Amino acid sequence: MAYEINGTTVEADEEGYITDISLWNPELAVLIAEGENIEMDDDSWEVVNFLRNYYEEYQIAPAVRVLTKAIKKSLGPEKGNSKYLYELFPYGPAKQACKIAGLPKPTGCV
Amino acid sequence: MSSMLHIVNKSPFDRNALDSCLRLAGSGSAILLIEDGVYAAVAKAAQADKITGRMGDCSFYALGPDIAARGLSDISLIDGIQVVDYEGFVDLVAEHGATQSWL
Amino acid sequence: MEDFDDDGPEIIKRFMYVNRRAPYGTIYALECLEVVLVAAAFDQDVSVVFVDDGVCQLKKNQDTTEIGMKNFSRTYGALDDYDVEKIYVEKESLEARGLTVDDLVIPVEVVAAAQLQVIMAQQDVVISS
Repeated sequence: MAYEINGTTVEADEEGYITDISLWNPELAVLIAEGENIEMDDDSWEVVNFLRNYYEEYQIAPAVRVLTKAIKKSLGPEKGNSKYLYELFPYGPAKQACKIAGLPKPTGCV
Repeated sequence: MSSMLHIVNKSPFDRNALDSCLRLAGSGSAILLIEDGVYAAVAKAAQADKITGRMGDCSFYALGPDIAARGLSDISLIDGIQVVDYEGFVDLVAEHGATQSWL
Repeated sequence: MEDFDDDGPEIIKRFMYVNRRAPYGTIYALECLEVVLVAAAFDQDVSVVFVDDGVCQLKKNQDTTEIGMKNFSRTYGALDDYDVEKIYVEKESLEARGLTVDDLVIPVEVVAAAQLQVIMAQQDVVISS
């Protein structure tokens, strides 16, 4: 599949993860989020940005339990828990937020 | 006849490609270390004397991008090994009569 | 499936992953790292060992810009987040390659071959690449 944005086409795999990370931009993120029925607010942006920073540092998209733990460590327990993250991303915080962040599917996600 | 360029792309710790190359390369040969072959260029490595032993009659080169990729830019290489970039690689191939890759 | 139950498997096995290859020249190092990260999700007792050219995977300051490959040396820093805490590097292999523990990208336990023999003998499963 592919996303159409501002007259350009961004290729994605059959699950909707974009294939070239460097083509990501915030507008594309909003478009991908729409396809997931997610409206991007400050809280969801915080998680998406967290994932992008994590990828920048470690070159991987973390599995959900790793993401939860890492968010707990840096943003506190009120955000680093499954309930909070699943409210923002009902079909899986790692999977959906990674897709919106333009990252590959999480590593260690089984 | 111009001298031969020998290319070694295997780690000297993992394969004997460098050993065979050094045994069979004639005097005046150029020896270029690329990919995992660049581990042979580390000055403090256990087998560094293999290369220093031939430094007198052969010229040695190592590919810079492969050195950088493996984090060896901050480490001392054997004295006399010249670091080349991709253009330098092409020049070496052009300058020598034949090229042999020790795969 | 993304979620995991809190109660782990009934029997915890000791898994050891032995890295023996340099990065980039072959695909073994990257594949093994991915296997370790996936396996870490199963609540097993995981240890990772670097011997022979495997120690080169952990060399600091890798810059793969010019060879056009992903610099996965940075991913070893995530092993701690994946609860992989037992990371051993064989002293003899490190020294043979002119490296010291200060050259490595993450904190590791440097062990001599004789110690590594003992640790290896305690494992239920050893996977080498």
